[in-house]
Amino acid sequence: MGIAQEHEIHKRRLGRNLGVGLALGSFVAIVFGMTVVKVKRGDEMRSYEHVRPAEQELSK
Amino acid sequence: MSDTTGISFGAQEGEAGFGDYFALLKPRVMSLVVFTALVGVLVAPGPVHPFIVFVSVLFIAIGGGASGALNMWYDSDIDAKMKRTRARPVPAGRVAREEAFAIGIALSGMAVVMLGLAANFTAAALLAFTIFFYVVIYTMWLKRRTPQNIVIGGAAGAFPPMIGWAVATGSISLESVLMFLLIFLWTPPHFWALCLFMNGDYSRAGVPMLTVTHGRRATRIHILAYTLILAPVAVGIGFTSIGGPLYLAAAVVLNALFILGAIRLMRRDEEAAAGDHYRAEKRFFRFSLIYLFAHFLALLGEAALHHAGIRGI
Repeated sequence: MGIAQEHEIHKRRLGRNLGVGLALGSFVAIVFGMTVVKVKRGDEMRSYEHVRPAEQELSK
Repeated sequence: MSDTTGISFGAQEGEAGFGDYFALLKPRVMSLVVFTALVGVLVAPGPVHPFIVFVSVLFIAIGGGASGALNMWYDSDIDAKMKRTRARPVPAGRVAREEAFAIGIALSGMAVVMLGLAANFTAAALLAFTIFFYVVIYTMWLKRRTPQNIVIGGAAGAFPPMIGWAVATGSISLESVLMFLLIFLWTPPHFWALCLFMNGDYSRAGVPMLTVTHGRRATRIHILAYTLILAPVAVGIGFTSIGGPLYLAAAVVLNALFILGAIRLMRRDEEAAAGDHYRAEKRFFRFSLIYLFAHFLALLGEAALHHAGIRGI
């Protein structure tokens, strides 16, 4: 009985580790995907356009 | 033998599976957050890259889920007393309170920063405020103090379409405020209908829901009052840039049915309600879910029509 309960714990632990691993892998893929999209669109590498178009023209 | 059993039991209790951590994020609430946030992005003017839409909605959902984990951390004592919530991971002993807190804080920070990087800082600030509102204003402050808890706390659940709109536009506008109000004003009648047939749970936990503090009669009157205030807001969205004939038709029918349902609830006395095990109240509660889903679905339908070049009014 003790062995069976241990086995159940190991299964849960494995599931948890796989889940966390998958979540971290997905996070890396998302950051990579975001970078690709932003680079392809020619975005500035920051999240918000602080500079208005008119100001951008002036700075050129 | 008894020692072994004791050790095994203790270890098993403390060993959470991945599903237990996922349950901390309140997946059912998250599905509503995902849907309304997605509609918020899709009905907003201006194209957003599909991957950015996906990532933004994902992090809005994670932020919403993180606030759910923080709610479970703070409310574990209440959750343990209520039939509806006692199987949650923290009161059931599968996840420690400290773990729920750590997961909630970590995911909140990650979701806000990532939304800021994926979309813009207006959307990120709104998400941060939503988490703060749900955890601090609702969970820690209002929930245990006032029967108006659900009225003000409902704002937290109303932010996702506004955040979605901000993802696409970087701003707040009349349309996003009206979508916020639609959920905000819908929450009280939705939750109070639930309280009418789950009153025992809240009484046991000592949560001052309206049914506990003012009784079922007052709650029925409040439900009708809120459906009456909600109707013009819901129909009014039809006259903005995101509305149209399809949405208007759906909103008029849905609001008429919602008000009729509320009138029916108000006319019922407690003996009749207890006699048929709160059938009308349960039906009203189920309809309230359809009501909200159908409104946002109609908005999505309008956006699809506009996109296809079929303009409404």
